[in-house]
Amino acid sequence: MKTVTTTESHILEVEHLSMRFGGLVAVNDLNFSAKRGEITALIGPNGAGKTTVFNCITGFYKPTTGMITVRRLDGREFLLERMADFTITADAKVARTFQNIRLFAGMTVLENLLVAQHNKLMLASGYTVLGLLGFSGYRKASAQSIDLARHWLERAQLVERADDPAGDLPYGAQRRLEIARAMCTEPELLCLDEPAAGLNPRESAALNDLLLGIKKEGTSIMLIEHDMSVVMQISDHVVVLDYGVKISDGSPLEVRNDPKVIAAYLGVDDEAEIDVPQVLSDVLKVEKIAGATIAGSPKVKKPAAKAAAMTAPAKPAAPAKVAAKAPAKATPEKPASKPAPSKPASKPAAAKPAAKAEAPVKAKAAGKPAASAAKPASKPASAPAAKTASVKPPAKKPAPAKAAAPAKSKPAASRPATAKPAPSKGGRK
Amino acid sequence: MSETTAKTAMPAEAGTMTAPNYVQAARDAFFTAIVTLGMFVLFVGLETTQNIRNELIIVQRWGLLFTLVAIAAAGRFVLSAWISPALAARKATVAARPVVEGPPSWLRTNWPRIAVVGLFLYPMIIVALVGSQGSLKWVDNFGIQILIYVMLAWGLNIVVGLAGLLDLGYVAFYAVGAYSYALLSQHFGLSFWVLLPLAGILAAFWGIILGFPVLRLRGDYLAIVTLAFGEIIRLVLINWTSVTKGTFGVSGIPKATLFGIPFDASPDGFAAIFGLPLSSAYYKIFLYYLILMLALVTAFVTLRLRRMPIGRAWEALREDEVACRSLGINTTTTKLTAFSLGAMFGGFAGAFFAARQGFVSPESFVFLESAVILAIVVLGGMGSLTGIAIAAAVMVGGTEILRELTFLKQIFGEDFTPELYRMLFFGLAMVIVMIWKPRGFVGSRSPTAFLFERKSVSGSFTKEGHG
Repeated sequence: MKTVTTTESHILEVEHLSMRFGGLVAVNDLNFSAKRGEITALIGPNGAGKTTVFNCITGFYKPTTGMITVRRLDGREFLLERMADFTITADAKVARTFQNIRLFAGMTVLENLLVAQHNKLMLASGYTVLGLLGFSGYRKASAQSIDLARHWLERAQLVERADDPAGDLPYGAQRRLEIARAMCTEPELLCLDEPAAGLNPRESAALNDLLLGIKKEGTSIMLIEHDMSVVMQISDHVVVLDYGVKISDGSPLEVRNDPKVIAAYLGVDDEAEIDVPQVLSDVLKVEKIAGATIAGSPKVKKPAAKAAAMTAPAKPAAPAKVAAKAPAKATPEKPASKPAPSKPASKPAAAKPAAKAEAPVKAKAAGKPAASAAKPASKPASAPAAKTASVKPPAKKPAPAKAAAPAKSKPAASRPATAKPAPSKGGRK
Repeated sequence: MSETTAKTAMPAEAGTMTAPNYVQAARDAFFTAIVTLGMFVLFVGLETTQNIRNELIIVQRWGLLFTLVAIAAAGRFVLSAWISPALAARKATVAARPVVEGPPSWLRTNWPRIAVVGLFLYPMIIVALVGSQGSLKWVDNFGIQILIYVMLAWGLNIVVGLAGLLDLGYVAFYAVGAYSYALLSQHFGLSFWVLLPLAGILAAFWGIILGFPVLRLRGDYLAIVTLAFGEIIRLVLINWTSVTKGTFGVSGIPKATLFGIPFDASPDGFAAIFGLPLSSAYYKIFLYYLILMLALVTAFVTLRLRRMPIGRAWEALREDEVACRSLGINTTTTKLTAFSLGAMFGGFAGAFFAARQGFVSPESFVFLESAVILAIVVLGGMGSLTGIAIAAAVMVGGTEILRELTFLKQIFGEDFTPELYRMLFFGLAMVIVMIWKPRGFVGSRSPTAFLFERKSVSGSFTKEGHG
């Protein structure tokens, strides 16, 4: 983990950001920063909390704890967690786009861009009064705003569609329009939530050009993206999230080779088992053997499961515990029921990894006849756990979050596999 | 080669489609006749009844049966032979019409202006046609009545049509305006021209008071709360008897004056000054022009505002509130401006209403009024001034005209009073319009800015707003 230094070059600093939805920890003590003039990518498997981070930055969520600082070019600092969402765009100059495109479908492309310049035009029109009376100041500002809109339409290759309704544009064009619209607010930091989603390779190459152009003009960019061709080609800095916890942070090259990242995306790499020959591109299959794999995998690459289960204790405990602790604390009186969501939050239990985990464990436990077919993974896996903590009956398995830390990876993987999508996904997005 | 055959085939095909196929039509008619006969032979052809000795007898009514069968067969024949081919041909020509349309005709581009000129000339034409006494009904019941609703609907259009906030309690602001004028003029003797803006301001003020707590709500919830607000205002008017005189209402409200010239029989009255014979028509005509001006001001301000950032923000708000906030638009103040501006025009209309009636009571501000105004906005096409004006003319004028249809008494008997059926017609008309034009009379919206050409945006893209 890099130290978060408060230098002038950072446009955005996120410190100790946590976001909880009831018992679900979507983002847990996240620290990172984005440098001015860089493209910072925020990646991670589905449900890792990326969009939640975005929503915290742009004010759509109020973070449970943490500090988000934006430092503008003129030196002014804004604490985003204290600001109303619209003032974040208006004053702190942070603009965003949405994962599911949100255009003003019934307005023309040009109008979409003019709405984005609302505050500027409002001021120029003397809060409508002067404009209504026909003062020339507004007319001039209005002409300028159309010029700016035209500029961005050209950049987004949408000029010839300027007078068509935005809802009539093809998908790729709508994505570009949304970026153009965000740029019309003249932001210093542009937050893009999956701008390449649903684009074909040519469109996504065009998007890369557009984003690099924006960066060249001095607007810093934050990017959530699953399309690794975009991430790896254009980003200067990549932050990887998994289960709301930062697992890696650095240049694209560093991140790409970070075993934790690989593990987070692919699970402990037992390609044969999980039948995932596509590597980084198929990353989106958000499968996690979270903490354990994350931490366990650096050392363990091949003998994965076994090693993870046995040697993981020290490492995996770290991220896992933090995540699991909070909700457990929040509802201490019903540990059996509540930690259920907390567990998946920390390190669940995707269907695939579960399957994956099974096999190695089975192999390991081959000698033990006790390993029943019904719960092959959980039983043997909890065996090591039994040494450190008393093993609860399988039903309550998620409960001993901390106690079971070492064993967690396995039981979590096998048992609550079904529980995973419900609690973790829901709150995250 | 194939192109030419296609070309020759096309008209031929169109010809067969349009040419009445009488044989087929006759066959259809025949089958219809058989079905009708089968259906009615027992119901109509034979009637069981009692004779004078209380015996059950069967009366044969072949003539009536034959008439019914003949009607059905003839109708079917006409439908098959002429109506269906005509409809198909029209559909075909519409489909075959080139997509590129020529520049709109002069009439089409200028018709709002023509309509306004026509509205200005309307009282004169009426007076010329039916004399000053006869014009009362046409100017007052039709002209003024419709224009009040046009103005109210245009005011509500800002809230519902542009900003997408469903307001079911709009009549409350109308009431605030009316009572402001009624009470302030009675207690303080202020003139209409002073109180007109004041009524608007007070209504806008109430709009803001309502807006603050309510605008966090969206969609159905907002609608219900505005509905409740409308009822609250009405109940206050009924129950605060010391001020509003409750259900008795406020009567004797001073008339509006033409810049100080009253419309009465006094020596410095309008008629005396201009040397005209005394007539109550002058006041009505004056009121007509007054409400016409007020309505045009509403339209002008709306059109102007649509091109201003605030107007675009309203429409953007209707389209997507979250996106608005992401663009730095303060949605609360934007909604409040829409609400208070809409309320202000409601207040103007209310003051006018009070001046025109000379009497206000809570009876005039029931929920039905809100519903009618909202219906006009929806029928006209949300956001479209022209469509709303047409809808108001159809809905209000249509129900008024039912009073004129005395010939219906000859059909349905002397007891028939067509006015009683106006709500029925109102509802039927709404259902028909909504089937025929689901987005209202004018469903498309015209963009507020353009780079190359102004293309209207089809109603299928615009949203209705969700509060």
